[in-house]
Amino acid sequence: MDTNILAKAIVAGLSALGAGCGMIGGLGPGIGEGYAVGKALEAMARQPEMKGTLTTTMFMGCAVAETTGLYSLIIALILIFANPFVGQF
Amino acid sequence: MNVEITGARILVSIPEFFGFMLTESVVITWGVMIFLVILCKVLTSHLEVHPTGRAQVIAEWIVTSVHGLVSDTMGKKYASTWYVPFIGAMFAMSACCSLSSVLGFYAPTSDLSTVLGWALFVFILITYTKITSNGFGGYLKSFTQPVFVMVPMNLISEVATPVSMGFRHFGNIVSGSVITTLIYGALSVLSSAILRHLPGMFGEVLQHVPVFAFGLPAVLSLYFDFFSSLLQAFIFSMLTMMYIAQASGTDG
Repeated sequence: MDTNILAKAIVAGLSALGAGCGMIGGLGPGIGEGYAVGKALEAMARQPEMKGTLTTTMFMGCAVAETTGLYSLIIALILIFANPFVGQF
Repeated sequence: MNVEITGARILVSIPEFFGFMLTESVVITWGVMIFLVILCKVLTSHLEVHPTGRAQVIAEWIVTSVHGLVSDTMGKKYASTWYVPFIGAMFAMSACCSLSSVLGFYAPTSDLSTVLGWALFVFILITYTKITSNGFGGYLKSFTQPVFVMVPMNLISEVATPVSMGFRHFGNIVSGSVITTLIYGALSVLSSAILRHLPGMFGEVLQHVPVFAFGLPAVLSLYFDFFSSLLQAFIFSMLTMMYIAQASGTDG
């Protein structure tokens, strides 16, 4: 019984740690989106008449770039709220 | 700290009937559907050749902008097909489902089942378009492009399409609601921790009132509820159009 609680505590703690570490994946989309928005701003400054198209394309690109970050978010959410490992003990 | 982050609550459960469960997201989706039907009826109730009412102007603006969006993104070929109302309906459904969290409801789009269902429907549509425009043989052959070794990769990327569409929408909406809930809880804890040190009666009374939780969550909600919801609806319909246009072999 005691080891069971210990095992559960270790799994829960390491899952929280893993969720935190997993969210390092948020770095990539942040850098990528910042780069995309910067480039779009440069293009808009050069050609202000293309503003509408550039904004739409920029948002599309940002949304697609965001996906990897959201994958890590979903893994973090699973580890915190729907942990599949805790139930094994 | 009373922070409550849950999925969709189960309202009715009938285990005898194939484990049927009626969740909150289904009920709110019905509500959104009824709202949209009533909105369409109201906006198109008194149509005239020369519009005088405000409702018809709004309806015409919606139809024209969706029509322009579809013909710009998918090409002129699709400008007068059923894709125009389909994309409009998808945008309206996604936006209204996400925006229902403004009224305090559980947003159906923060349930993975809802958005994954939509993404699966779009996936079926993409596959249907591919098969009808290239033939079944051409559809199978497209997996072996550019070389035969690429078949597993192409299969994975084919499966990744609905998964990434569903997870993108779900992740954006649910991350907004989780962050708003966490900040709301943290602000109430902070205000009770600080206001407790006020002298006399003030501290006694004010520590139970989350003073700091006024204001800032509203600003966050402006971003996470309004901007993010509309952006995700736009991106979901935009990706749908782009995938279908790509599947039919015409470049947008």
